[in-house]
Amino acid sequence: MPDAIVRTLDGNQAVTSVAYRLSEVIAIYPITPSSSMGEESDELASKGTLNLWGMVPTVVEMQSEGGAAGAVHGALSAGALATTFTASQGLLLMIPNMYKIAGELTPFCMHVSARTLATHALSIFGDHSDVMACRQTGFAMLCSNSVQEAHDMAAIASASTLRARVPFLHFFDGFRTSHEVSKISMLPDEVLRGLVDETAIAGHRARSLSPDHPVLRGSAANPDSFFQAREACNGFYAGCPAIVAETMARFAELTGRRYGLVDYEGHPEADRVIVLMGSGAEVTQELVEHANARGEKLGVLKVRLYRPFPAAELVAALPRTVKAIAVLDRTKEPGAVGEPLYQDVRTALSEAVEEGALASMPRMIGGRYGLSSKEFTAAMVRAVYDELAKAPELGGAGAKRRFTVGIVDDVTHLSLSVDPRFEVEPDDVVRCVFYGLGADGTVGANKSSIKIIGEETDRYVQGYFVYDSKKSGAITISHLRFGPRPIRSSYLVKSASFVAVHQWGFFDRYDVLELAREGATLLVSSPHTPEETWNALPRAIQEEVLHKKIQVYTIDANAVARAAGMGSRINTIMQTCFFALSGIFEREEAIGYIKRSIEKTYRLKGAEVVQKNFAVVDAALSHLHRVPTPGLTSERTTPPVVSPKAPDFVQRVTAAMLAGKGDALPVSAFPVDGTWPTGTAKWEKRAIADSIPTWDEKVCIQCNKCAMVCPHAAVRVKVYDQAQLEGRPETFKSMAYKGTEWKGSAYTVQVAPEDCTGCGLCVEVCPGKDKANPRHKSLEMVPMRPLVAGERVNLDFFLNLPEAPRAKVKLDLKESQFFEPLFEYSGACSGCGETPYIKLVTQLFGDRTIIANATGCSSIYGGNLPTTPYTTNRDGRGPAWGNSLFEDNAEFGLGIRLGVDQQAKEARELVRVLAGSLPEALVTEILASTARDEATVAAQRERVVALRAALGAATDPRARRLDILADYLVPKAVWIVGGDGWAYDIGYGGLDHVLASGANVNILVLDTEVYSNTGGQQSKATPLGAAAKFAARGKATPKKDLALLALTYGNVYVARVAFGAKDAQTVNALLEAESFDGPSIVIAYSHCIAHGYDLVHGLSQQKKAVETGYWPLFRFDPRRTDEGESALKLDSPAPKGKLVDHLRAESRFRAIELEDPDRFQHLASEAQAHVITQYALYESLAHAMTPAPKTPDAAPPASTKA
Amino acid sequence: MDLSTTYLGLSLAHPFMPGASPLVDDLDTVRRLEDAGASAIVMRSIFEEQVSLAHARTLHDLEAHTDSYAEATSFFPKPSEYRLAPDAYLEQLRRIRAAVSVPVIASLNGVTPTGWLEYAKLIEQAGAHALELNVYHVATDPEEPGTLVEKRTLDILASVRASVTIPIAVKLSPFYSSLSSFAAELESSGAAGLVVFNRFYQPDIDIEHLEVAHDLHLSDSSELLLRLRWLAILSAKRKLDLAVSGGVHTPTDAVKALMAGATTVQMVSALLRHGPNYLKVVLDGVRHWLVEHEYESLAQLRGSMNLARSPNPAAFERGNYMKLLQSWRA
Repeated sequence: MPDAIVRTLDGNQAVTSVAYRLSEVIAIYPITPSSSMGEESDELASKGTLNLWGMVPTVVEMQSEGGAAGAVHGALSAGALATTFTASQGLLLMIPNMYKIAGELTPFCMHVSARTLATHALSIFGDHSDVMACRQTGFAMLCSNSVQEAHDMAAIASASTLRARVPFLHFFDGFRTSHEVSKISMLPDEVLRGLVDETAIAGHRARSLSPDHPVLRGSAANPDSFFQAREACNGFYAGCPAIVAETMARFAELTGRRYGLVDYEGHPEADRVIVLMGSGAEVTQELVEHANARGEKLGVLKVRLYRPFPAAELVAALPRTVKAIAVLDRTKEPGAVGEPLYQDVRTALSEAVEEGALASMPRMIGGRYGLSSKEFTAAMVRAVYDELAKAPELGGAGAKRRFTVGIVDDVTHLSLSVDPRFEVEPDDVVRCVFYGLGADGTVGANKSSIKIIGEETDRYVQGYFVYDSKKSGAITISHLRFGPRPIRSSYLVKSASFVAVHQWGFFDRYDVLELAREGATLLVSSPHTPEETWNALPRAIQEEVLHKKIQVYTIDANAVARAAGMGSRINTIMQTCFFALSGIFEREEAIGYIKRSIEKTYRLKGAEVVQKNFAVVDAALSHLHRVPTPGLTSERTTPPVVSPKAPDFVQRVTAAMLAGKGDALPVSAFPVDGTWPTGTAKWEKRAIADSIPTWDEKVCIQCNKCAMVCPHAAVRVKVYDQAQLEGRPETFKSMAYKGTEWKGSAYTVQVAPEDCTGCGLCVEVCPGKDKANPRHKSLEMVPMRPLVAGERVNLDFFLNLPEAPRAKVKLDLKESQFFEPLFEYSGACSGCGETPYIKLVTQLFGDRTIIANATGCSSIYGGNLPTTPYTTNRDGRGPAWGNSLFEDNAEFGLGIRLGVDQQAKEARELVRVLAGSLPEALVTEILASTARDEATVAAQRERVVALRAALGAATDPRARRLDILADYLVPKAVWIVGGDGWAYDIGYGGLDHVLASGANVNILVLDTEVYSNTGGQQSKATPLGAAAKFAARGKATPKKDLALLALTYGNVYVARVAFGAKDAQTVNALLEAESFDGPSIVIAYSHCIAHGYDLVHGLSQQKKAVETGYWPLFRFDPRRTDEGESALKLDSPAPKGKLVDHLRAESRFRAIELEDPDRFQHLASEAQAHVITQYALYESLAHAMTPAPKTPDAAPPASTKA
Repeated sequence: MDLSTTYLGLSLAHPFMPGASPLVDDLDTVRRLEDAGASAIVMRSIFEEQVSLAHARTLHDLEAHTDSYAEATSFFPKPSEYRLAPDAYLEQLRRIRAAVSVPVIASLNGVTPTGWLEYAKLIEQAGAHALELNVYHVATDPEEPGTLVEKRTLDILASVRASVTIPIAVKLSPFYSSLSSFAAELESSGAAGLVVFNRFYQPDIDIEHLEVAHDLHLSDSSELLLRLRWLAILSAKRKLDLAVSGGVHTPTDAVKALMAGATTVQMVSALLRHGPNYLKVVLDGVRHWLVEHEYESLAQLRGSMNLARSPNPAAFERGNYMKLLQSWRA
C-alpha cells in the first residue's frame, strides 16, 4: 500500500482530482455548486497536467448543460472516456441524454454536487431533489457522505462503470460536502491504475462509432421490437451491484479504506435504525456513537449505491433486532406515498418479509430533512431516534408515520421537536467561528489556516463557510473545527471556544456571541483602544461576555493594514492573532507557517507583496491586546433590525431573516406559493458605506446624472413646489430649479445614507465644478457616520415630497430622473453596471411593467431573499417580477405577453359586448385608447375607474368578468431581462425564437461579457483577448455580435447602449424599444467586478469602450424606413485612439499581458483590427439600409399594364 | 564617409539610434529599425513605480472579490498562473537581444534605492549592453532642496555603478540650477554618458471641462535649441559621452547636434511620425551633407560649434539673450 499523501481541500477539488485523471474529454457548463470542478479541470489542463494515460484531457465549456451532456455523449460514442460536473436544473437539462447514454450501455461517470431544484423559489444550496429526479434514467447512482468519500467514490464509480457498462451518477451534498474543506488521503495514480480495468476500456473503444468498424446506434424502433430490446439490458443492471462491490473490495486492498454498497454502523443489536444517504449519515453516526457509548442500542444504515438498489444487501445489513426504522430523505415529493428512499427501503423490506429473508416487518417511518442545506444536527438526529422510540413495537404510544425535522411546522404539524441545547461534540475538538466581510479576506485566511493545521499537524480539520445573500458589503461566517479524529459533524459549529469578529460594526447587527461557549476567547478588530473597546460594546454584548466568562482580545487591524499599505485586507493580521491566541502552535512556529503560506501564495506576484504581508505578520502581535472586562459599563442598546414603521410581514418575517434568525421561523410565517411582497428592501438599513456623497447645491448644474448612474437608487432628485419646503429639516438642502420647464419650483439631490454602498459613481459623473476651485464638485464623498443621522431625517422628508406629475415630465435623460425609481437598494455589487438600466426601465415604465428575469446576477439582486428591491409607487403600482429558469426566460416573457394580450383582448371584447349598458363616450374612448404615453395611460386608468363604477354591482356574468379583467385595458409592458450567459448562450435559441415571433416584448440584455453570477466563466459575449475562466490565456475568438444577428430579422428594434458613455442614447433606446410595436432588444454594456478594476472607473471605461470602437452604439428602428431614413443609425463616431489603452485598464486583459506579452500583443492587434472592421460593417449597413426614393411607377397596378 | 563612433564604450557604426520609447515594444518594429540602420536600440524606460503599481493593482483587482459570495468564490482564473512584471520587460530585452545584432541599451526609472539596484541587476543579467538611468523626477516637494535632488541621483548612480559592470548613462531633464556642475559630479560618480534631455509629459488644460488633459505632444525641431546650448556647454568641458534626445527631426537638426558636441543622436518623435525607416533618411542626409561640405570625418564635425570652439561662445551664454532683445527693439 503506497504512503498516503495528505491534502487539505474541498469536496469539489477532491472529486476533480480523480475525475480529471480518469478522463479524456471533459464537457461542462457552470452551475453552482459544481462550477469549481469544471474550473479546476480547466486550470489543470491549462497547466498541462496529465491524466492517468499521460495525456492532457480536452476541457470544453458548452452553452448549456444540455449541450455538455450532448458533447459527452458524442465523446463517449467516439470511444473516449468522458465526464461532466453539474447540479440542480443543469442536471435536469442532462436527463434526455442520460436516458440515451444509459440505454446505449455506455461506461460513463458524471459527478453531481447535489442541489435543490427550483420550485416555489430557486436555491443554490444542497439537497437531493435534483439527483432523485434522475433515479429513473437507468444511471447507477453512488453517494458520498464526506470529502474523503467524494474522492474515493469518484474513483470507485469511474472504475465500476467501465466494467458494468451502466453509466454512473456519483453525487455528494452540494455545499456541505462540495465546499467543505477537509483533510483527506489522496489517491495516488497507482491506486487508480489498480482500479481501472484496461480490458474494459479496450471494450469501450471497440464499441465506438468508427468508419473502420461501422455500426449504427440510435435507431428508431417500432412496437414489434422496442420492448424486447429495452429488456435486453437487464443483465447489466443485475450484475452492476456485484461489480461495484468488487471494485470497493479492490479499493480496500489498495487503500485500506473499506466501503460497502450499504454500510451499517452502530450497535449489533440495535432496536432503532435510521437509513439515509449523504452528509447527514455522518452526523447520524456521530450521534449513534455518542448514544451507544451511553448504553443505547442505535444504528445507522448508510446507503451508498442507490441505483441499482441493493435490496438484498440492505436487508442483510440490518440487525435482526431492529424494531423501528426511520428513513430520511433529503428531498420532497409532494403527493407521493413517501419520499423515494423511504419507498425503496419499504419495498425491499416487505419483499424480504414475503420471501422469508426477514422475520417480520419493523415499524417504518419516513421523514424529510435538510432541504436547501437546512442544518441537520446531532440534536435533530436525536429527535428522530426519540420519535422512533414512540413506536408501539418499542412500547411507545405511536410515532409519526411522516415527519420533518429541522423546522417548525405549525401548519401540518409534521415536524419533530428538537432540543436546541443538545450537543455531542467532545471537548478535544477545537471549534472556532469567524465573522468577517467578503472584502476583508477572512475566508481566504481561514482556508489558509486550515491548510496549515491540516498539513503541519496530525489533526483532522474541517472548514465550512457561510456567505451573505447580498453581493455588496456581505458578511462571511467561517466555521472551523480541528480534532484528533475524523470529523463527522457535518453541520455548523454550535458552540465555539474561539470567536473572532473582524468588523466592529457587526456587534450592532448580529448576535456574534450566540455561539461562544463558556470561557471562550473573543478576538475583535476594533478601532478603539483596549479600554475604550470594552466601553464601546453594546450592553448586551458586555452582559454575554461577563456571563460566559469570555476573554476578550483586541487589535486595530484596519490601522495595521493601512499602515502597511494593505488597504482593507486584514486577513493575515487576524490570522496571526488567531494562531497566537488559539495555542495550536508555538507562536514562532505559527508565524513560520503563515509566512511559508504567504510566500507560496504570493511569490509569483513579486517580492514586494510578500514583504508587505510578512511585515504585517510581524507587526500584528505587538498590536494585540487583552481587553479588561471590569463589569457592565455600557448603556448602549443595539438598534432594531427594521424600523417600527415597517409593515407587519417585514416585522415578523423579513426582520427575523435579516437578523440571521430565519431558521426559527415556522411554516405558517411563509407564503404557500413563493409569492413575496415587493418593496421590502427599503426596510433593511445596511449602512455599509464608509463614505457617502454630500451635495453642494451652490455648484450643482441640475443635470441629474448622479441619479441616473446610481446603481442602488440611493441618489435621488426631485423637483417640487417651493411651498412644500415648509417644515423642512434643518439640514435639508434645496435650490431653485434652473430650467424653464419647472420654473419657480424647488430642486433637491438627496442621498439615502444607509442604502448607499459608497461606490462613488455619482461623484465621478458629476460635472458641477466650483469655478474657482474645480477640484470641489457638487457631489463629494465624505465619511458617512457623522452625516447619517441628519441625512436619515432629510431622506424621510424628501421621500414624502410629492412626485413630479408623470404626464408633465419630458422624456429626456434629465427629466427621466424625476420619475420615481421602482427598483431600489438592491443587493447588487457596489458600483454595479447592470442595475442603472433596470432602474431606468422601472422609472420609465415601472407602474405598468411585468419583468421576466433570467436566472443570474439580476435575479439574485432582484429576488434573493430576505428583501425585495422592486417596489411600488404611491398608487401601489410597480413592476411585477418573475423568474422562471435560466434557459427559458425569453419564452417565459413571451408567454406573459401572450397571457396579458389575451386578457386585454377579452376585456375589450367585453366592453364592446356590454356597450349598450355603459356610457357611450366611455366605451368609445376606452376602445380608441391604444397609445402608451403617460397622458394616455393616465386617462385610460381613469376610464377604468369610471368603467368599474359604471359596471357597479351588475350581476351579468359578463360584467363581472369585465370587472376582473378591466385593468388589462391599460397597456402593460413586458420586459425580458437577463445577462449575457442567458442571451448569448443558454437562452439564445429561445431568444431568437421570440425575436422572430413578432410579439411586442422588450428584451434587455445586461451584457457583462462573462458569467458574472457563477464567477467569471467565459460566455460567447466574452471579447477577444479577455481572460476568463475557460479562457485563462485570453479568449481567442471575437465576441458574438448579438445585435447584428438580431437586426438581420429586419422587423426587430435593436439597440446597443452604454449609459456611462452616452446616457441620453440609453434613455432614447429604452423609450423607442417600449414604443415599438414588436420585439425589441437592447444590449446594454454593463461594467462588472469580473472585469477586474475598481468600478468607480466604470463610467470612464464605458466612455473609452465607445470611443475606441470596442462597444459601438447604434439603434436599429424599422420604423425609420417608412420615413425614408436608414433603419440603422450609428450613435457613436468611428473608432478613435488605441484600443489597447482601453484594454490595459482592465485586469481581465492586463492579466494576459503580464502572463504572456506576445500573446497579449497578438490578441490586442487582432481586437484593434476587429473594431475597425466592425464599425466599417455597421457604416456600410447603415448606408445600404437607406431606402431608395420611392418611384411612383415602380409597381403600377396590374390593370394599367394591359 | 566613416561615421563610426564609440558611445558608452560600445563601438557603433554611426551615432543614430531610436531613443527610449514604446517603439521597441514591438519586435517587428525593432527589426525594421535595425534594417533602417539603427546603430543601437534603446528600450523604453521601465518605471519602477509603474511596475509595482501594476503589481499591486492587478493583484488587488484579481483578488478583490474572492471568497465573498457563495456562488462565486472567485472571478478569474487562478492568479498563480500570472507572471508579473518586470519579467515582461526583461523578456522583451532578451527577445530584442536575440533579434538584432546591434547593442541594446535598457532604460530604467527607479523610485526606491532597492528598486533601482534590483532592476539594474536584472537588466544586466538579461543581457543589456548598457543602461540608461532615466532621472524622471518633477520636483514638487517644497521641503526638498535642489541639493537633495542632485544628491539622491548621485547616490543612486554610485550604488548602481557599484553593483553592475555594464556602462551607465544618465538621462537628465534641463531643470537643474547648475547643470554644468551637476554633470561634472555625475561624471566623477561613474556616468559614462549623459542623455540630454528628458521630455516630461506636458499636461494641458481642458478649459471646457476644467480638467487637466494628458495628450502626448510629439517634439519638433524647435525643441532642439535648448539641447544645442547645453550640448555646446557640456561637451566643451566634459569627457563623458553626450547623447541628444528631443528635437532632432531632419538631417540639418542632426548636423547641428553633432556640431554642438553630441556623441550620438536619439530620435523618437520623428520616427513615430514617419516610421522606423526615417532613421535611414536622416542618416543618409547627414552623410550626404558631410560629403557635400567636404568634411573628412565625424570627429571633425563633432563639437566644432561648442563653447570651446565656436566663433562666438558667448552666444551660448547670457549674451545671446541680450542680443536678441536688442535686435527686437531695433
